[in-house]
Amino acid sequence: MKDRESWRPKGRRILAMVKKESRQMIRDPATIAVGVVLPVILILLFGFGLSLDVKNVPLAVVLQDSSATAQNLLSAFALSRYFRPQVVHSSQAAERLMIEGRVDGMLTIPSDFARRFGAGNARVQLVVHGSDANRARIIESYVEGAVGAWSARQAVQEGTAAGGGPVEIRSRLWFNSANDSRYFLVPGLIVLVMTLIGAFLTAMVVAREWERGTFEALFVTPVRSGEILLGKTIPYFALGVLGLLLCVAAGKFLFHVPIVGSLAVLIGGSMLYVMVALGVGLLISSYFKNQLVASQLTMLATFMPALMLSGFLFDLRSMPAPIRAITYLLPARYYVALLQTTFLAGDIWPVILPNAAALAVMVALLGYASRAVTRKRLG
Amino acid sequence: MQPPVVTGTDLRKVFRTPGAGGKVWALDGVSIEVRAGELTALVGPDGAGKTTLMRLMAGLLVADGGSLRVLGFDPAVEPQRIQDRIGYMPQKFGLYEDLSVQENLDLYADLHGVSAAQRGQRYPQLMQMTDLGRFTGRLAGRLSGGMKQKLGLACTLVRSPELLLLDEPTVGVDPLSRRELWVIVEHLVHEQGLTVLTSTSYLDEAEKAARVLVLHRGKVLAQAEPAAVTRAAAGRSMVLDPGSGPSARIVQARLLDDPEVIDAVPDGGLVRVVGSGEPGPGRDTIAGLAPRHVEPRFEDGFMVLLRGTAAHETGVDIRLQRPPAAAAAGAVVEVRDLVKRFGDFTAVDHVSFRVRRGEIFGLLGPNGAGKTTTFRMLCGLLPPSGGVLQVAGVDVGSAGAAARARLGYVAQKFSLYGALTVTENLEFFASAYGLRGALRRERIDWAVRQFELGGHARTASGELPGGFKQRLAMGAALLHEPDILFLDEPTSGADPLARRAFWRRITALAEQGVTIIVTTHFMQEAEYCDRIAIMDGGRVLAQGSPAQIRGLAPTGGGRQPSMEDAFIAVVENARGRDAQARA
Amino acid sequence: MLASLLRIIALTRKELLAVLKDSRARNSLLLPPILQCLLFGYAATYDLNHVPYAVLDRSHSVASQDLLAGFDGSGLFERVGNLRTQRQVADYINERRALLAVVIPDDFARRLQAGGRAHVQIIADGRNSNTAGTALGYAQSVVNGFNSAWRTDHGLPRPPVTVQARAWYNPNLVTRWNMIPGLIGTLTMIQTLMLTAMSVAREREQGTFDQLLVTPFRPAEIMAGKALPSMLVGIVQATGVLLVAQLWFRIPFEGSFLTLYAGLTLFVLAAVGIGLAVSALCQTMQQAMLFSFVLIMPFSLLSGLTTPISNMPLSLQYFTLVNPLRYAIDIAQRVYLEGAGPGVLLPDLWPLAVIAAVTLAAASWLFKHRLQ
Repeated sequence: MKDRESWRPKGRRILAMVKKESRQMIRDPATIAVGVVLPVILILLFGFGLSLDVKNVPLAVVLQDSSATAQNLLSAFALSRYFRPQVVHSSQAAERLMIEGRVDGMLTIPSDFARRFGAGNARVQLVVHGSDANRARIIESYVEGAVGAWSARQAVQEGTAAGGGPVEIRSRLWFNSANDSRYFLVPGLIVLVMTLIGAFLTAMVVAREWERGTFEALFVTPVRSGEILLGKTIPYFALGVLGLLLCVAAGKFLFHVPIVGSLAVLIGGSMLYVMVALGVGLLISSYFKNQLVASQLTMLATFMPALMLSGFLFDLRSMPAPIRAITYLLPARYYVALLQTTFLAGDIWPVILPNAAALAVMVALLGYASRAVTRKRLG
Repeated sequence: MQPPVVTGTDLRKVFRTPGAGGKVWALDGVSIEVRAGELTALVGPDGAGKTTLMRLMAGLLVADGGSLRVLGFDPAVEPQRIQDRIGYMPQKFGLYEDLSVQENLDLYADLHGVSAAQRGQRYPQLMQMTDLGRFTGRLAGRLSGGMKQKLGLACTLVRSPELLLLDEPTVGVDPLSRRELWVIVEHLVHEQGLTVLTSTSYLDEAEKAARVLVLHRGKVLAQAEPAAVTRAAAGRSMVLDPGSGPSARIVQARLLDDPEVIDAVPDGGLVRVVGSGEPGPGRDTIAGLAPRHVEPRFEDGFMVLLRGTAAHETGVDIRLQRPPAAAAAGAVVEVRDLVKRFGDFTAVDHVSFRVRRGEIFGLLGPNGAGKTTTFRMLCGLLPPSGGVLQVAGVDVGSAGAAARARLGYVAQKFSLYGALTVTENLEFFASAYGLRGALRRERIDWAVRQFELGGHARTASGELPGGFKQRLAMGAALLHEPDILFLDEPTSGADPLARRAFWRRITALAEQGVTIIVTTHFMQEAEYCDRIAIMDGGRVLAQGSPAQIRGLAPTGGGRQPSMEDAFIAVVENARGRDAQARA
Repeated sequence: MLASLLRIIALTRKELLAVLKDSRARNSLLLPPILQCLLFGYAATYDLNHVPYAVLDRSHSVASQDLLAGFDGSGLFERVGNLRTQRQVADYINERRALLAVVIPDDFARRLQAGGRAHVQIIADGRNSNTAGTALGYAQSVVNGFNSAWRTDHGLPRPPVTVQARAWYNPNLVTRWNMIPGLIGTLTMIQTLMLTAMSVAREREQGTFDQLLVTPFRPAEIMAGKALPSMLVGIVQATGVLLVAQLWFRIPFEGSFLTLYAGLTLFVLAAVGIGLAVSALCQTMQQAMLFSFVLIMPFSLLSGLTTPISNMPLSLQYFTLVNPLRYAIDIAQRVYLEGAGPGVLLPDLWPLAVIAAVTLAAASWLFKHRLQ
């Protein structure tokens, strides 16, 4: 009975704070811009802009052999969708193209190519431009693959011994058989966007009250500090979820990323993450009480780490142990794992549960910390 | 009799400053009592500890020593229980500017758990009291300063608190609004039996309280009814009539150096003096004039109390090394038909005035009268929509760097670089005005000496006590010895001591030929001006010497009309005419 | 002229003092870029060195053991499970316990001995298809090694064509080598742009801007005084990152410092120009913050640092033409790794100059008009 009495005014106070915060949110065009417009723009821009697929590689081909065999090899490159060969007649010309950055590699077909091919020991030389190591390595393996496939075809046509090696790999890429980098970039982008949006929405809200001096009068009322925080979180959570839904819709309908898992798991896990992101902003904001510091720190603490240390682009397992240890502190890594799995692989509980649990623990810790930091005291 | 609502014994509160100073005792052994059902006023100069004391009571700060009980609770232990029961209006009431008047009220009503039925009864009262009924839909950010304060008060009064704490509720509020606010407060105390503790820097307000608490540098100087404070000056208050001799302002300034004189202010053409000697007939003449003894007032008693502890700080005489050339005989500032429109709102409506060299010209008016807009146009910060605006013979709109080099400007809000030290700020502004080499060094030394900033030379200016910020701002504005000085509400929130020191310097500068344009809310300060203009609704309603303006006040009641009476009469008359014209 | 110069110096000095006096502000300018450079230098790599893989060996033969020894001995793969059923393969991949699963069929040794063609099946977790592709590439080279050893041992002919691959500028194709020079520009831009964008907005909010405007400062002088300190800070930050690259990561520097710093100065000027234009548009710090954030995000993601610009749709490639970071990354990487001289870099340098000129002109126009 006593509990019910104390809960009713509590509920009313929270409701009052939510109403107040929602009104301020709706009247501030900047907030709406961050919550709704920005996620859409970012997802469109990056969804279309980011791609790691290697296609149409500009390749200088130094054709020193004019035989039909060499021409045949060249046309194999020309027909491939991976290469855009450009024939030059001297290595100097090819090198110039390399130095100017106009081609990503140069392939030299030496003058004795056809003769040695008949003898079964031909060579071609490939030089790749190493300024993008990842791309260079992919180009290397594509060239090897193209040359191997070509020589196997030649062997079959000429009825000589079977080409290829004694052992051949038959590889299968699960969850992304089209090998489209957008499949993993789009879920990763949703993580990036939600991190920023969530943290940015709340990074200012507590600091703003400290700066404008609106807290002093609010503190000397029956409202409790936990109620103030809750009142601030709820409306921004709603806005964050709206931004999230827009992102997911864009991923599904615009970029055609399949959602293999269930939508409920996807949304549920994402809501957890929105709460974490809001909590990060709230904590930074409550602790520093200064909009400038809070927003700069939010930028530093969310954007680059979510890009670099979340497993979105770079494999976490290959990082040195101390760096890997740091990534365990970052909520983004759990959400990347969760999102890539639900999007592409399905409801795989052994992946989803631990990651969701980690996020839930973070929500609890952040809530507790923000609460501890926001005391109804000045100075 | 009921037990006191607040009792504090030997309260101490220390603040650590990051600068060289180390510790500052904001409260140093304060013992106080606030009685139930009474209005208690808390007065004292800047930095006396008024706000700290209020915040301790509200449970927003924890004391470092002593004991405090508010409504029977210890605010350090159970702040929430106190916060559930009291009303508190901080100095800068944090209204949510993007919420409407009604939404602000509703928020506080919801938080205080005021039921719908109670609201039905309470809101009309509040609206009637504050006269905000017409503006319920307006965003709080669009209200004038006075209306904001009234809304802040209304928000604290959505339900009857057991104790009401008001921290300088009338700072930056014009005389009209101030008067209205006080009607509300007195109504609450006398009609509803509310216990109120209010701090104020207006001594005439303190006089209306049942008891006053005089705080100075963290110590209690007096805790008594106002009459007891006034009695401290018994037999010492006198007036001098300068007659056809030097003006009251000049006599007053000279008297401040007299060790026998505690206080001297120009007052209605006369000079009001508080002597320091033993109560009695005193000297035969003061400054060659025959004194006439008068009844002391609260302010006199207050000054006597302060002088008992404070150093004689007003003895600074400001000397310019290169006073402005006397050549310019005509008007230094000429404003003709000045108009400023924002959209379809006319903020300044055909304003005209002229200011001569060496004159102190005061711009007075209620909040939102268009003073600040006029001011910003004069300084070239805002282009006018129409009219002529010449400063030092140059059209302000086309004024180049050379013209600006002859102006000095002190903004209403402290606007030097808070992160930089006093010296660094002075160095920057000296360079900004093109001072170099030995001259630069000399001028900076002059400013440090003149404004007694030596002790704070290496303090970050954002951490200076209020009075020193004001001095630094003045110092920076005078480095290049400008011909014209613009001062926007320079004394807002300053205590009586600081205000006297300020005006002392201003009058000295004017005597040396500096032209000064100043805005103020303190009507007594208009007495220091050579001429004043009263503005409202973007128009100049009256213009003339203080004596001429005072003459516009309704006479009667046997009392000499004050500047404040005249101001209120002029503004209310004009508003009444407008209302009639609209009807 | 001299008076004007002295005023600019005074303002520059004041700005620097304000930034450098506050130890928190000071640290926030130098520490984050260096820490980020260290952190991302290790983290931002597409190279793999711990590829967890599982094995379902149905052949149980000497040959299959040999092949697997090649995986285990490569130093890149780490065996996390010896599986017995196809079902387990699915579990290992689904639950992200293994990135690759190598399935060796029971006829593996038989077909190999028969001189025919054997195959192994490799299943990769494609949730990050780039990582999966790289891991498959590693697996291919392990198998190639096995093949050539087998050919030699069994007197089989070698493949008719071999590709001799080399890489210029980054012989071992280490991602870090191109990532860190790229970070010089990226990390510098974030704070330079923000610092500039905020500095005017802060003065506006604190009322000091009015005080500045009533002094003899001209708008152009205020702009110069705001731009110089930010540029200095930017150059110092870039130097910090450069030092980390050379002293900590020991990436060989091929070019001339003069060229690099000339390029960086132009870049910082362009970033400052953008910051000033933002600050002229914004009234409050919050707006300035938001605005610069909206710019920094696409600038840094669509700069070619993490994904190649040539992969973008044409319309976005046009957008990157106004992105100063794109040129800065190109300059830093090419001077650093390729030793490129100013002549080769001209296509990067002049767009930066144009961006700087346009933004500075726009900022000064906006400044004048916002004051009205």
